[in-house]
Amino acid sequence: MSDKEPLFSAKNRKLMTNPLNAQNPITIQVLGICSALAVTAKLEPAIVMSISVMFVVVFANVIISLLRNTIPARIRIIVQLVIVAALVIIVDQILQAFAYEVSKQLSVFVGLIITNCIIMGRLEAFALGNKPWQSALDGVGNAAGYGIILVIVAFFRELLGSGTLTLPGLGTLHIIPQFIYDLGYQNNGLMILPPMALVTVAVIIWVQRSRNKDLIES
Amino acid sequence: MDKQGNTYTFLYASIMVIGVAAILAFISVSLKPIQSKNVAVAKKIDILKSVGIASDASTAEKLYEEHIGSNTKVLNIEGNEVDGNAFDIDLSKEVRKDLKERSYPLYICKLDNGEEKLIIPLRGAGLWGPIWGYISLNADRNTVYGATFDHKGETPGLGAEISKDFFQTPFKGKTIYNEAGDFTSIDVVKGGGTENNPHAVDAISGGTITSKGVSAMLQDCLSGYEKYLKN
Repeated sequence: MSDKEPLFSAKNRKLMTNPLNAQNPITIQVLGICSALAVTAKLEPAIVMSISVMFVVVFANVIISLLRNTIPARIRIIVQLVIVAALVIIVDQILQAFAYEVSKQLSVFVGLIITNCIIMGRLEAFALGNKPWQSALDGVGNAAGYGIILVIVAFFRELLGSGTLTLPGLGTLHIIPQFIYDLGYQNNGLMILPPMALVTVAVIIWVQRSRNKDLIES
Repeated sequence: MDKQGNTYTFLYASIMVIGVAAILAFISVSLKPIQSKNVAVAKKIDILKSVGIASDASTAEKLYEEHIGSNTKVLNIEGNEVDGNAFDIDLSKEVRKDLKERSYPLYICKLDNGEEKLIIPLRGAGLWGPIWGYISLNADRNTVYGATFDHKGETPGLGAEISKDFFQTPFKGKTIYNEAGDFTSIDVVKGGGTENNPHAVDAISGGTITSKGVSAMLQDCLSGYEKYLKN
């Protein structure tokens, strides 16, 4: 970063806030949809997945950005892949050691962070051409934009599908009280099936675009 | 050095790969003990679940000691006890051997009401990877007291449903021998859930290959205990 530019200049802040809304990786760029479907049946895996992705994107962005002037152009994708894969393995190992239950639930999806388009996308589009600090902010922003959608989708799917909310450290909270069930309310089993994740994402896209007309493609 | 030249590219790739490999190896080795402990605890949770004792990571060790502890056996095909620690037997290696050469671990669980249940570990193949489970038998060594199954990577919503209660509960009360005393195992088939068939449960629609895998696993793993159970 240049000496004059403060760490959180307006431009840098934009790197973090843009992906939350106008440049959201899921709803605008439509990246990382696969994992958004898979890990959002419950809130806890969605949160853990978001944190894991954030860890991987930020570190991958910073490492690639530090190496950007040394990476031979012909093997740059392979270099990116090796670094992302190594980070993902580290996340997987740490989860297996310290959050075994969660790692069992996420099972293959942790490994699939490697193929999460957001990560390679940010490396190619941003980290290769920008300085480490900006790359880190970009990583935080994009992972947060991804995480926010994941958490929103998981919140509605778990609440309507199972009537509970599962938070890390708090366990499963029964949100919908028993007397409502006694009155005849039923959990919507469809919500915990993958298709409803797509529908929920679509509803979010709909709401977002109807609030911000600039996002509508002609 | 020319950064786009072959020498540089090769050097870069080699150094990067060696460096990354060293870091990963170090992390893997240093986290191994904690991970193995998690796996052992998960195994205890599964074993306890097959006799209907609910436990979690914090209570599994204690409940396991209370109900099972060292009350385990390792059997051979003849039903005789052989040396070994039942808990440490790696079933994934055993099921690859010939039936005659396998070691058969057996857990004996004492419930709070004093009843003793025999717990037999199972291991087989699903559609995408290994499936495993535990089945517990009443003292008559025939009637199923409970069963639990789990899997590594079956399709969520289809084959993965074998780890759900709605699939496991119907095993209760089924028998693995018919009236003539012949080994029948328990079939997992379409329409198996009818009450007049004591040797079958319903399969999972959309999870046919996993259901068949459970069926084959029960057949394969239980058959070796026949001599012991009949004594």
